[in-house]
Amino acid sequence: MSAATQTSPAPTGTGRPPVLSIRDLSITYQTATPVHAVRDVSLELGRGEVLGLAGESGCGKSTLAYGVTRLLKPPAEVTSGTVEFHSREGYALDVMRMDGEELRQFRWSKISMVFQGAMNSLNPVKKVRDQLDDVLSTHRPDMSKAQRRTLCGELLERVGVDRNRLTAYPHELSGGMRQRVMIAMAMALDPQVMIMDEPTTALDVVVQREILQEISRLRDELGFAVMFITHDLPLLLEISDRIAVMREGRVVELADALTLYTNPQHEYTRTLLSSFPSLTGERGGFVRHGSRAVRPAAGVEEETA
Amino acid sequence: MTTLEVRDVVKEYRLRSGFRSTVLRAVDGVSFRLEPGRTTALVGQSGSGKSTVAKMLMHLERPTTGEILVDGARVRRGRRAEVAYRRRVQMVFQDPFGSLNPYHSIGHHLERPVRLHHPGLGDAEVRERVLGLLRRVRLDPAEAYAQRRPHELSGGQRQRVAIARALAPEPGILVADEPVSMLDVSIRLGVLNLLASLQEEDDLGVLYITHDLATARHFSDEILVMHQGRIVEGGPADDVILRPQHDYTKTLRAASPDPDRRLAELS
Amino acid sequence: MSITSSEIVDAAGVDTAAGAPPPGGGRRIPLPPLTPKLVVGSGLVAAFVLFGLLGPLVVQDPSAVNSIGMTPPSAEHLLGTTQTGQDVLAQLAYATRGSLLIGAIVGVLTLVLSAFFGVVGAYAGGLTDEAFSLLSNVMLVIPGLPLVIVISSYVPDKSILLVAFVLAITGWAGSARVLRGFTLSVRGRDYVLAARVAGERPWRVLVVEILPNLIPLLASQVVMAVIFAILGEAGLSFLGLGATGSFTWGTMLYYAQNGLALRLGAWWWFVPPGLAIAVFGAALSLVNYSIDEIINPKLRSQTRSERKGWRRSARTAAVATDPTEVAA
Repeated sequence: MSAATQTSPAPTGTGRPPVLSIRDLSITYQTATPVHAVRDVSLELGRGEVLGLAGESGCGKSTLAYGVTRLLKPPAEVTSGTVEFHSREGYALDVMRMDGEELRQFRWSKISMVFQGAMNSLNPVKKVRDQLDDVLSTHRPDMSKAQRRTLCGELLERVGVDRNRLTAYPHELSGGMRQRVMIAMAMALDPQVMIMDEPTTALDVVVQREILQEISRLRDELGFAVMFITHDLPLLLEISDRIAVMREGRVVELADALTLYTNPQHEYTRTLLSSFPSLTGERGGFVRHGSRAVRPAAGVEEETA
Repeated sequence: MTTLEVRDVVKEYRLRSGFRSTVLRAVDGVSFRLEPGRTTALVGQSGSGKSTVAKMLMHLERPTTGEILVDGARVRRGRRAEVAYRRRVQMVFQDPFGSLNPYHSIGHHLERPVRLHHPGLGDAEVRERVLGLLRRVRLDPAEAYAQRRPHELSGGQRQRVAIARALAPEPGILVADEPVSMLDVSIRLGVLNLLASLQEEDDLGVLYITHDLATARHFSDEILVMHQGRIVEGGPADDVILRPQHDYTKTLRAASPDPDRRLAELS
Repeated sequence: MSITSSEIVDAAGVDTAAGAPPPGGGRRIPLPPLTPKLVVGSGLVAAFVLFGLLGPLVVQDPSAVNSIGMTPPSAEHLLGTTQTGQDVLAQLAYATRGSLLIGAIVGVLTLVLSAFFGVVGAYAGGLTDEAFSLLSNVMLVIPGLPLVIVISSYVPDKSILLVAFVLAITGWAGSARVLRGFTLSVRGRDYVLAARVAGERPWRVLVVEILPNLIPLLASQVVMAVIFAILGEAGLSFLGLGATGSFTWGTMLYYAQNGLALRLGAWWWFVPPGLAIAVFGAALSLVNYSIDEIINPKLRSQTRSERKGWRRSARTAAVATDPTEVAA
């Protein structure tokens, strides 16, 4: 029984038609004392939008991402809510209800994911080309070997890695390059949504900037939507259209990037923002001269627990 | 009150692959001074050599050439000179999860340096000092914390313990190697503020090693930018960030996330 | 605020590098969690040890020859008699003591040798490390059985001690390598560096900081060495190269083979020692798996009983909602 239905989705707050609708999603880890990792989260991802998901460790953002892509392993379990994927062909898919072949085709070709620590997700004993090839041969069995080879080369060039790196092993590439390869793998099947979980955390600031520019360029070129998960709020402020702040499993604030920065509503958002001293401007009483200690701005809680 | 000077320090590593070997210059002629009451930030990306500088300062590695002077004098060889050095120069490690031994209690971690560097003290006095250190880093009630194991504490609390351990010998110089980069965002400032206030209380000279330009600017008096083993630019914090001279510094600044810039662009 | 909940939340594929010991609470050395595995394993081991210690005190004389020849179990001889009328149960008791003695000696010798050459070498670094590592590798490469045969052929009347010694000499190298690898990784950890930075003496760093982390691994290696010793001794004795003058499980099997026990259907002679070897080996392995769960806490949460716990709580928790079972 197919989980697809014909719908015309209502536009999101940004004016873009939604590509992913998450409604009241709850995910619980069914251990001896259940852990409610995600609680009643509702989000809409617009087509071609960059949605930032900000929060600290343990807030449930990674779990949410895994839930949306149906990658959760026991004891994690979706206890309520729906996730709807609105394909550009016009139909909608109920992500939670899919199974077997339908799910396999959905994963990676409609939604793909770049995982946390992706740099170390490459198989160290296989060449880059073989790993990219694997993705293609699994999901596009009708392609010939030659066609796959060409596509692998194109994919790498698309992310800014030279084609002759196809024959390299992962350890021969730098961290930034490996990350680009992971992004290439995620883009291989031209997905409509890409979920990126801390893709640049372990990278240098300079490399990070390059990768982000790459992602923006690809987004402009190919039109996929991005859900960018990180704890680095200033980063999100620079690249996202909208930002959702998560805390203890709930979305505490959802606004477009500029509004969030200039006029945060929720207290936690304010706390998070004040944890990042401004690079070039002044912010509250953070400047330190000589041996005078730094005074925190109002609202920054001292960790006492 | 201690002054630490690093003079033209070079560190070379010999990398062997089969029969051939190449020489890697991790640190290529670095010089700077650390003075009481001042924080110097050493900013660089991975591979810049900043961690190697930290290791050399802590005598975990020996410089290939160059010297490290404490109060103008070279460090002599031998156990006593080593212990004396370690009493005055201490380090806070980056990883709050790795810098504490899971098998020992918090009290043990603090007792050892106290005993090592204040050998004349009796058990009760050592205990008092340990509890005093815990209170200084705002871990109260100290008695309860002293008994706990590292895995029972949060990341921020562990890092405070690491700071307390570094302060146990009553040093004059503190090397903080990315002290908050592995902590949750909302508690980073708390820990950095703690370091700043402890510095003021004890008149410490602090070397703050980081890759984050923003906190480097706000928590240090002077910034040194390291790239491929060399210091490419150095000067007062605001000058280096707001008016960078060297190309690499400019690249770093442009690459760092800066929402104010986007705000300015859009308005 | 403990980190446990965030550890669990991050369990979906993300590796949190906590490396924390299990909830042993205030104990200095963590004990394995009490699972059925551990209870059964250690229970059996304890039973065998008791049998080996106290058995010889209550049974008959195992060497007393009798003219009744090979007889099946009876009221007088609970496990029957051998070809020469010796009581099998008595032999089994003494054999248990003998085999356990070999196991214990080999265990201790392996511990000492592998700890010295593995741990001390890796910690010292430099030339010492190279030398010890070379020695371990050489000992590893030398084939054990031929070496034992050669040594055995020089000494006609082997005692239990000699057999144990020979087994230990040929067996320590593997453990040494494993310990060396582990020590090298612990040596570079931040808390060891922190101890050095605090000014600790090298030997103190080794004993106080590094060794406690090695204890589960050492325990596991020792248990494996004991298993290896008992099986090795059984094999040697069966070939006639063991301590033929003493009673061990292996020598019982040897004499049973010589006495044509299998051909004559005298199961009471060879089944008890064989079963003893198998069951004791299995019991030690169970204990070893439990120790492994300390070394790698992730193994703990994957056992079937744990998973049953998940299903149970899932059924009770999600009542009103439609629990969509997520495929693994």
